Amino acid sequence: MGPVVDPKAKRYDRQLRIWGTHGQQRLESCCICLLNCGPTGSETLKNLVLGGIASFTIVDGQKVEARDLGNNFLVSASSLGEPRAKVVTELLQELNESVSGSYVEEVPEVLIADNPEFFQSFDLVIATQMREQDMTKLDDICRATGRAKLLIVRSYGLVGYLRASLPEHRIVESKPDSQLDDMRLNQPWPELVAFAASFDLASADDVTHAHTPYVVILLQAASAWRSAHGGRLPGTSAEKAAFKASVNGMRRTADGVPLQEENFDEAAKAAFHVYGTYEIPKEVRGLLEDEAAGPRLRADSDEFWVLVAALRAFVEGEGQGTLPLEGSIPDMHATTDLYLKLQAVYREKAERDTAAVEAHVRQILGRLGRPADSISRETIKLYCRHARHLRCVRYRSLAEECSPETARGEALAAALRAGGGSGGRGGGDLGAPPCCDGALYVLLRAADRFFAQTGRYPGAPAALSPGAGASEVDPADDIPLLRQAAMQVLSDAGLGPNPRKSPDSGAGGGLGGLGGGGGAGGGSLPGTAAGAINEDLLAEVCRAGAAELHVVAAFMGGVAAQEAIKLVTRQFEAIKLVTRQFVPVAGTLIVNSMAATTTVLEL
Amino acid sequence: MDDAERWRDLDLLLTRAGRLVGPGFEPGPELREFLQSPDCRVLCVGAGGLGCEILKDLALSGVVHIDVIDMDTIDVSNLNRQFLFRMKDVGQPKATVAAERINARVPGVKVTPVFGRIEDQPADWYRSFSLIILGLDSLEARRYMNSVVCGFLEYDDEGQPDQSTIKPMVDGGTEGFKGHARVILPGFTPCFECTLWLFPPQTKFPLCTLAETPRSPAHCIEYAHLILWGQVRPGEEFDTDNEEHMKWVYERAAERAKQYGIQGVTFQLTQGVVKNIIPAIASTNAIISAQCVLEALKTLTCFSTGLDNYMMYVGSSGLYSLTTKYDKDPACPVCSPGVPLDVDPDATLQQFIDQLLADPSLGKHLSAPSVSYGSTNLYAHGIFEADTRPNLSRRMGDLVADDGAVLTVNDKRLRGPMRVKVRYGSAMRA
Ligand SMILES: [Zn+2]
Repeated sequence: MGPVVDPKAKRYDRQLRIWGTHGQQRLESCCICLLNCGPTGSETLKNLVLGGIASFTIVDGQKVEARDLGNNFLVSASSLGEPRAKVVTELLQELNESVSGSYVEEVPEVLIADNPEFFQSFDLVIATQMREQDMTKLDDICRATGRAKLLIVRSYGLVGYLRASLPEHRIVESKPDSQLDDMRLNQPWPELVAFAASFDLASADDVTHAHTPYVVILLQAASAWRSAHGGRLPGTSAEKAAFKASVNGMRRTADGVPLQEENFDEAAKAAFHVYGTYEIPKEVRGLLEDEAAGPRLRADSDEFWVLVAALRAFVEGEGQGTLPLEGSIPDMHATTDLYLKLQAVYREKAERDTAAVEAHVRQILGRLGRPADSISRETIKLYCRHARHLRCVRYRSLAEECSPETARGEALAAALRAGGGSGGRGGGDLGAPPCCDGALYVLLRAADRFFAQTGRYPGAPAALSPGAGASEVDPADDIPLLRQAAMQVLSDAGLGPNPRKSPDSGAGGGLGGLGGGGGAGGGSLPGTAAGAINEDLLAEVCRAGAAELHVVAAFMGGVAAQEAIKLVTRQFEAIKLVTRQFVPVAGTLIVNSMAATTTVLEL
Repeated sequence: MDDAERWRDLDLLLTRAGRLVGPGFEPGPELREFLQSPDCRVLCVGAGGLGCEILKDLALSGVVHIDVIDMDTIDVSNLNRQFLFRMKDVGQPKATVAAERINARVPGVKVTPVFGRIEDQPADWYRSFSLIILGLDSLEARRYMNSVVCGFLEYDDEGQPDQSTIKPMVDGGTEGFKGHARVILPGFTPCFECTLWLFPPQTKFPLCTLAETPRSPAHCIEYAHLILWGQVRPGEEFDTDNEEHMKWVYERAAERAKQYGIQGVTFQLTQGVVKNIIPAIASTNAIISAQCVLEALKTLTCFSTGLDNYMMYVGSSGLYSLTTKYDKDPACPVCSPGVPLDVDPDATLQQFIDQLLADPSLGKHLSAPSVSYGSTNLYAHGIFEADTRPNLSRRMGDLVADDGAVLTVNDKRLRGPMRVKVRYGSAMRA
């Protein structure tokens, strides 16, 4: 790029440095539909409009009320009484002229029920402040479009909820926070071996000796070690220490004192590259074995799976068990000339690997009856360069999550036992009151059931009629019914005192028997999953009365926008858990703004 | 407009009793009245990516009296996240425009802008706020603000923080998809100086690499920026905001890269390296600012349990956050009730002062320290210098009899007193 920078590159400079022009292109061709434009929805969309999406359409059935002026920045006092969708659309458009906005003045639930085709024209549907029953329907609708990804976001008092739903999130240009360089010192290829062997360190002058790249030093040390140990590399920790010592022993000395040579310092630090065994990351191993790249690979498969199939063929063939080489090396102490020569050795190997993968791609495409050039060389290069970081996360549908037949009761029970905070930390460390993030998930679903039965949320004023003050309802009065609903959520998941697995208990609302079912409404039982639904949390959820605080909405709007960007750019891993088998699985996020913790649940 | 209806959501949590609340939470309409009163003044330091969000979040959390300070003007590259600014505002002061936009949008709120440097404001101005929120991107500015709020802190005779001197501060920071929010209650939670290790030092290229063995595009850029500029344009100060300067560095770097056969010098990279640009996106700023203002609201009203005391947020790969209770550094030169220091009772006061100046942790905060013990000046610069000078040759054990006594050290480099706890150790007992 020349010094003349176009205005868009300037405007987006700080984000282009993260996801590059490729990611930006994906963002700029993304059409988003937002359901409900209260603060949670408005803030989510604000962050995405700033980033430069193609277009947005807001669906909202409300008029701007006084309440909006207390929690939503994207309405104005002069717009009281106007359609909220219209007002928010207009104010959002001011943020970025290159984004086109439109709105539909309609209650989203009505649209879901009456006009499912509406959702076909979007890449991403962001549903905010909606209930489980409607979300389950919308999830099915979005999946049926074959295009629209669904993001569900909710701010409820001091609790936040976020879940994505789509068949697969496939990540190509992953940007891991930290990664080991792909050096292959444990499995060097012939050209690299020859390059390393071409150095005669013993006769080199001091300057060359101190500027020989550490890769060369380590490969020579490894070669010497192999000769002395029957072809083996260091295995035990004693051997590893001895190997490191042998590297240090190669330093040049003056009067018996080792000289200051930075390249040898680096070599000692990078010695693990030699004795660490090469492994394809388990997540990638899982992909290579995925049926989607094997027996289920078809003419209409996503190019991702074609590439994975080609990579698999490479690993089994030319790669001899390795993925294509990435081809870049970190900076290291060396002369310019030696460094560039080493760089070329790596680059050329990467180019050969890419060419081999390309041949597999062309062959597979031919076999599938697709044009051999339907995947570009640039794309293949991209996949090869990021081969170690390819990921695919599959999302269960909301119906699967909520239906008694398929609910993951065990995972939920584990979450309820685990307490709050990421990775099981947080709550306990803080000495804060017991606050279980898994319980908050149950209580949010219980609040929906409460709503289905009473027409309002626990602790919320009877109707959202103007003038209904906060004090008209005593939140404590709603605790018993909320508890009962929570116990029913648990029993539908196969937990709780009285598991109820009848086939008629449906995916959604679960109204039947809410008031009457014997035993389902028992108190909390310490030591069981139900015990996590404690009085403090019940009281807090009722106290919040489904309030949509601006700060919580702004937090969730930020998280939702991050998640949308990940789904759209396909460069980052979305919210997920990694199982013991190192398979990333989609997760449901609970934000606990009381304890300032977040928890990802596998449900 | 009906105020009760407008603040309905907030009032639910401010007026109802709760189970998971801060100490001394007293629900009632008084809390919102307090937030809206002139008794509750909040300062937002910075009107950039975090600052814009913080101001909006404060205004929509019921706070009315807000000040914002920022010395920067608006740049095109701000517009991908600093949502209060438009293309037509480029070149205008951030603080002024941000305040205007909030005041115009949120009825009743009064944001007062200061277009200037934080160092130019008097201590009493900072003291006048109920709480300070930092939306900064530099460690140096954070350390400055930290020294300001810790400078207000006083300890009682038992070494307990005097509650009335605690100025709560909330800090946020972001980089790409990651960020942190933390609450600093000086004397109770660690201050910046206590946890400086959280900010790893920047890696700098050795000059000899730049001059003799460039290997990467960044090496070529830094050569043009740090070495060539001074040689070719001596006496001219390099200005990162001057387009011609940046273009010059880019072109020289590109020439050098070509000469050495190095690929990848671009104008964008040149700017990134020279300005040390930190990637920034709207969503992360929104998350971190919201957490900061939520914690501010908790600190001001106790309506919910507060963050104790640091939250890290990582959104780049999945979502990971960690809430950690960091510990204070008992030897923190800025907030400790008494930094323990082993002193020889036979040393003179002058030797003690020399020991302070030579101390690796304390010395860098001092240039010409004055020392007092309780209300007694042991040695003081200024008008008491002549009176106290004879003490310099006196024995520490005679000037300060008690082992474990806390001496107060003042210095023009400090914005508050440094407290040093004298430990005579075995020498005294002998
Ligand atoms: Zn400190």
